[in-house]
Amino acid sequence: MSFISLLWVLLLGSLLGLELIGKVPPTLHTPLMSGANAISGITMLAALTLIVKAEANVPLLIIGSVSLGFALFNVVGGFFVTDRMLAMFSRKPSNKK
Amino acid sequence: MNLPVIIKFVIDLLAVLLLALGIKGLSKVKSARDANRLAAFAMSLSVVGLLSYYLGTSGIAIQSWIWIIIGSIIGSLFGAILAKKVPMTSMPETVALFNGCGGMSSLLVALGVAIFPISNSVENLDFFKSLINEVSISVSIFVGAITFTGSIVAMAKLQGWLSTPGWTQSKVRHFVNIVFAVASFIAFFDLINGNSSSIWLLVIVSSLLGIGVTLPIGGADMPVVISLLNSYSGIAAAAAGFVVDSQLLIVAGAMVGAAGLILTQVMCKGMNRSLVSVLFGGSLSAQSTASSGSGEYTNITSCSVEECALTLEAANKVIIVPGYGLAVAQAQHTLREVTKKLEQNGIEVVYAIHPVAGRMPGHMNVLLAEADVPYEQLKEMDVVNPDFPATDVVLVLGANDVVNPQAKNDSSSPLYGMPVLDVQEARTVFVIKRGMSAGYSGIKNDLFDLPNTSMVFGDAKKVLNDLIGELKDLGVGEK
Repeated sequence: MSFISLLWVLLLGSLLGLELIGKVPPTLHTPLMSGANAISGITMLAALTLIVKAEANVPLLIIGSVSLGFALFNVVGGFFVTDRMLAMFSRKPSNKK
Repeated sequence: MNLPVIIKFVIDLLAVLLLALGIKGLSKVKSARDANRLAAFAMSLSVVGLLSYYLGTSGIAIQSWIWIIIGSIIGSLFGAILAKKVPMTSMPETVALFNGCGGMSSLLVALGVAIFPISNSVENLDFFKSLINEVSISVSIFVGAITFTGSIVAMAKLQGWLSTPGWTQSKVRHFVNIVFAVASFIAFFDLINGNSSSIWLLVIVSSLLGIGVTLPIGGADMPVVISLLNSYSGIAAAAAGFVVDSQLLIVAGAMVGAAGLILTQVMCKGMNRSLVSVLFGGSLSAQSTASSGSGEYTNITSCSVEECALTLEAANKVIIVPGYGLAVAQAQHTLREVTKKLEQNGIEVVYAIHPVAGRMPGHMNVLLAEADVPYEQLKEMDVVNPDFPATDVVLVLGANDVVNPQAKNDSSSPLYGMPVLDVQEARTVFVIKRGMSAGYSGIKNDLFDLPNTSMVFGDAKKVLNDLIGELKDLGVGEK
């Protein structure tokens, strides 16, 4: 990918993010924050790339592995915690209106 | 294009689509839980896509597999355990901790690439390409470090492990932070100029900057800061995407970064604070004691739990106003027992939820849902405000500034203009509170001086427990 097209990707991604959440009921602010936070753990892909490309470079493998650990801590913990919060809302079947 | 490239392309596209749908769905109550699962699925999909791409092209060495498995198992395990164990009351700090770790991950990736340039980046050594590489590494380190230390400080402050040091409330902190910021920029440009040793300077000063900026901020504004740091960690992820040349990372990072900014803005609006004053204004209490709010209370009525129970028994309609104090005292279950008794006696009970009650939007909803309070009894501020004049008793539990009538009546008050619950319109107001200390804004609450307000002093949980006892003695809730 050329740098310019990556910039386009960045721009369009930001615009998409701005548009995605307009009206959010206050109830959902915390879960939304926590869910979005889990998604920011997408850096796990960068960590994976690092590990794969490190080949036999042990220090780099270790850095990549630690980085992957931190990212997955964020991702797994984030999604679980969000689910826990949301489960409390959906337990009541009568919350439709 | 060969097959692995096409497959990865399709999977990445699908993952982005699902992530976007996930974030969108998370903003509606009905779809939120499924949306969260959808996002989690999209994330796993993206991992499968990346791994299958490498399997189909360069292959993945055994050594790499070992380190991948070690890292993923440890990270996921700790994440899952913490997520299951942590009490609902400490959600804000948990999110902060997770967020900080995301920032740390981006920081480490950039650091790794900077110290040990990976094979493919050496191939294209033209000036432009290497410049982009240096810039994205520097941004990733800078933002990643600020996210990490900032989040950790935010968590420590919310947990009460860290207090606000006095010097951070004076002008000194601006000077200190400017020094850190300038030093970061020097290191930043030095690094881009090819002086690779300044990378450590960048790591250190941007970490210090993260601490220096977050430390002065009062506990009340922390959720806003966490939301902002959440947005930063998205930016850090996007920067890491430039480092390893991944569009998926850039899109997802940019999406979270932008959505996080919007959410931060929404939260600020709810608290009637601007982002600038949150970030640079310091703790609100430090300034406001000087301007107003130091006024003395003249007409405090204190009453016993027994009187409170008697009034409740005679009521037809009761509104509960929960706040941070309820969360701190972990009294949501006890509160539920009290309201159950009242309901059994035919008393109508409603919970009034201020948008920023509990200092984290949605905090109270989560807490009360945990205690099995029916969703439809939770009323938002605009819905419930017209009901107060027809209400017999309002029970304010650990809330303070969100029920301060100053916000409506006193244009000199720092709270002026903040939307508040009009509890003073009710016939009787009981404020359950540990002492006369001010709320997080440090401002005197005019509500406490009103003739229809009575204070019940004590820890929320203890008072509610006593209340259950008194109600029992009165025969409330027993058929």
